[in-house]
Amino acid sequence: MAATATAPVVIPRPHDGTAARVLRFVARAPVHVVLVVLGLLWLVPTFGLFITSILPQSELASHGWWVIFSKPSVATWSNYNAMFHNSGLTTALKTTAEIAVGNTLIVIVIGALAGYAFAWLDFPGRDWLFIGVIGLLVVPLQMALIPMFKLYDTFGLFDTALGIILFHAAFGLPFAIFLLRNFFAGLPKDILESARIDGASEVRIFLRLILPLGLPAIASLGIFQFLWTWNDLIVALTFGQTVQPITVWIFGQLREFGTSIDVIAPASFISLVIPLAVFFAFQRYFVQGLLAGSVK
Amino acid sequence: MEPPVQAAPPPSAQPRRFGRYASGALFLAPALFVLAVWIVYPAIYTIVRSFFGQQGYIGTWVGIDNYKRLFTTHTLLIAIRNNAIWVAVVPALVTAFGLIFAVLTERVRWSVAFKTVVFLPMAISAFATGVTWRIMYQQDPSLGAINALGRSIHDAFSPPGVLSSATPSTANVAPDHGGLVLKTPLHPGGVALIGLTGIPPTDLPSGAKQAVTPPPKGGDIVGTVWRDFKPGGGVPGKVEQGELGIPGVTVQLQQNGRTVQSTKTNAAGAFDFSGLKPGTYQAGVGASTFAQAWGGYAWLGPSLIIPSLLIAYIWIWAGFAMVVIAAGLSAMPRDVLEAARTDGASEWQVFRRVTVPLLWPVISVVFVTMIINVLKVFDIVLALAPESVQADANVIALAMWRTAFSGVNDFGTGSAIAVFLFLLVIPVLALNIKRFKAEAS
Repeated sequence: MAATATAPVVIPRPHDGTAARVLRFVARAPVHVVLVVLGLLWLVPTFGLFITSILPQSELASHGWWVIFSKPSVATWSNYNAMFHNSGLTTALKTTAEIAVGNTLIVIVIGALAGYAFAWLDFPGRDWLFIGVIGLLVVPLQMALIPMFKLYDTFGLFDTALGIILFHAAFGLPFAIFLLRNFFAGLPKDILESARIDGASEVRIFLRLILPLGLPAIASLGIFQFLWTWNDLIVALTFGQTVQPITVWIFGQLREFGTSIDVIAPASFISLVIPLAVFFAFQRYFVQGLLAGSVK
Repeated sequence: MEPPVQAAPPPSAQPRRFGRYASGALFLAPALFVLAVWIVYPAIYTIVRSFFGQQGYIGTWVGIDNYKRLFTTHTLLIAIRNNAIWVAVVPALVTAFGLIFAVLTERVRWSVAFKTVVFLPMAISAFATGVTWRIMYQQDPSLGAINALGRSIHDAFSPPGVLSSATPSTANVAPDHGGLVLKTPLHPGGVALIGLTGIPPTDLPSGAKQAVTPPPKGGDIVGTVWRDFKPGGGVPGKVEQGELGIPGVTVQLQQNGRTVQSTKTNAAGAFDFSGLKPGTYQAGVGASTFAQAWGGYAWLGPSLIIPSLLIAYIWIWAGFAMVVIAAGLSAMPRDVLEAARTDGASEWQVFRRVTVPLLWPVISVVFVTMIINVLKVFDIVLALAPESVQADANVIALAMWRTAFSGVNDFGTGSAIAVFLFLLVIPVLALNIKRFKAEAS
C-alpha cells in the first residue's frame, strides 16, 4: 500500500530555539487542557469509589466522598479490615480466582490445540469448520442458559465451580480459536516444514514449536479470558447458588445500597483491583489481543 | 495483513496423510466437543423450546405464542425500546469519542498516560462500574458527586435562601407569594418586627448577633428580622435577650402591592428603609429568602436512568474505541497527511477529507462491535439501576434472564427472547463471515 511515496516532503520548521518551542507549546495548549480535563473526568468515578471505600459509614451517611479533602483524618482501613474478616467475601474471592484461573487454563489448552489444527493441519472441510467457529463468535450466551440449566441439573453440574468454568470456556473458545489460529498461521512456515521433514510428530511440533512461538498470542488470550471470567455476573448468577464469585456476592448486598455502602464500596474495589493489576502488568498483550480481535 | 490461509504442503506418502487427518481430528476433538455441547446443542434446543409452553423443560407446542407475548407484554416492549435507544446512541457516541481521543492524543507527548487512564475502565467489570457510578449519581447533592457539581453551578446562578424552613412566629406575619408579609400597615417612622421560628440553629447564617428592637427614625421604616425563639420559649412577637437576628434576609417594602424598596438585614437582623414619602406601607420578607436548596436531579429515577446508564457505559467503552482507532491511525501513511497539509488544507479539512475516510474500515469495525456489545448489555443495568427502576431500565438480555430465572421460570418466553436477541446479531455474524472470506481469498 501507498508504495507511491514520492520524495519525503520536507516541511520547513523553525529552528528549535526556546522561543519556537514555547510558541509551539502555546499553540497546542488547548489540546493539553482538553486532554487533562478529560483524563480527570475519566479518573473521578474510580477514584471516588476508592475514597468511598475508606470512609466510615457515619461519614458516608451525610457526606460525599470528597469530604476527605476537608477532613483527611476520617479515612480508615477498618472497612477493608472488616472485609477480610468477612468469610462470605473471602470465600467469594477464592471462588472467583478458581473460576477465572480454571477457565483461562482450559481455554488456552483447548484453543491452542484447535488453533494449531486450523492453521497447520490439512484435513477436509477445515475452512468450513473454521467459518462455523467464527459464526459461533456472536451467539449470545442467553441462547444457552435455559438448556444448560436443565443439563447441569441432570448431570450434577449445577452450583459447581466446574459447571461455571465449562460454560465460560465454551463461550470463550470461538474467540480463542480465532485469535490463535490467525497468530499460528502467521508463524514462519519453513520452521514447521523442516521439523516435519525431520520426522517430528505433530504433538511434538505443537509442544516444542507452536506453544513457545505463540506465547504472545497465548498471553493476550489468557488475559482476556481471565478478565472476562473474573468480571462475569450473569453466568455465575444463573448456574451458582452457594458457589458465588465476588460479583454475585456484591449483587446480593445491593438491595441495601445506602446502608451497606461501607461493604459494597470496599468489596467492589477489591473486585476491580485484581483485574486492574493484571491489566497494568500485561497492558501490551491486552491491547494486542483487542486489536487482533477487532481490526484484523 | 496476515498471510493467506496456507494449507500444509502436499503430503508425500499415504500413511503420513492418514496420520495427519487423524491428528487433525485429535487436536480438534476437545474444542468441537465443548462447542457442540455448550453452544450448538443448547442453541438448537432454545430455538425449539421457544415454540413450546411457558413452564417446565419442554411443555406443549404453542406455536408462536411466546413471540406474540414478547411483542405485546408491556415490560418486554420497554426492554426492546430501551435497547433501541442504546443502539441508536451508544455506538455512535463511543466511536466519536474514540476518534476524537485518538486524534487528540496524537498531538501530545504524554499520550500513553492519557490512553491508560481512559482505557482503564475496560479492565473493570460492568458490574463494578455500575456500583461506581451509582455512588456518583446519588441524588442528594451532598452525597452524589454529579449533583454536588450541579448544585455549585445552580447556586452560582440562584443561591438558596438563608432560611428554607422558617415559619412566622405570630399570626401577624402571613405567607405572601412564597415570602412573608407583616399584616400591620406601616407609616414612615414606624417599626416592623418580623419574628420567625422553625429555624434549626445550624441553619442560622454564621455571624448572627443578638437582635434588638431598633428605635424609630423619622421618615424611615426600620425593623428587625429575628429568630423569635429561645430555649424555654420566650414571648412570641417580642425581641428578647438571647434571640439572634437573622442576617442576609431580603426585606421588601410594598405600597399598594408594589415593591418600592428592597434591602438586606445586617448581622443583628436590622433593616432600614429611608427616604420614604408619607403613606401606608407593608413590610415583608422576599420569597428568595425561603428558596429551597437545589435538590439534585434524580439520575437513578425512572426518567433519567437510561441516560445515566448510557453515560456510564460510554465511560467504559470509549477507551476501547480510542485504542483501536489509534492503532489504525498509527498505521496510516503519514505522507498522505503531510501532502494534504502542504497543499494548504486546514487541520479540520485534513481530518474530514483524509483521516476519517482512510480510517473508515477501522471506524466501522468499532461501530459494529459496539452494536453487538450494546445488544447484549446486561450487568451494568443490574448494578446501576435501583430495584424500583429496574423495570424502566430493562433491556433485552436482562428481560430474558428475569423471565427465565427470577421468580416464575418462564422458559418458553425466555427462549423466545433469547432467539430474538440472536436474530438481532445475525446480520453481524454474516458480516464477520464475509470479512473472513475476503481475508482468506
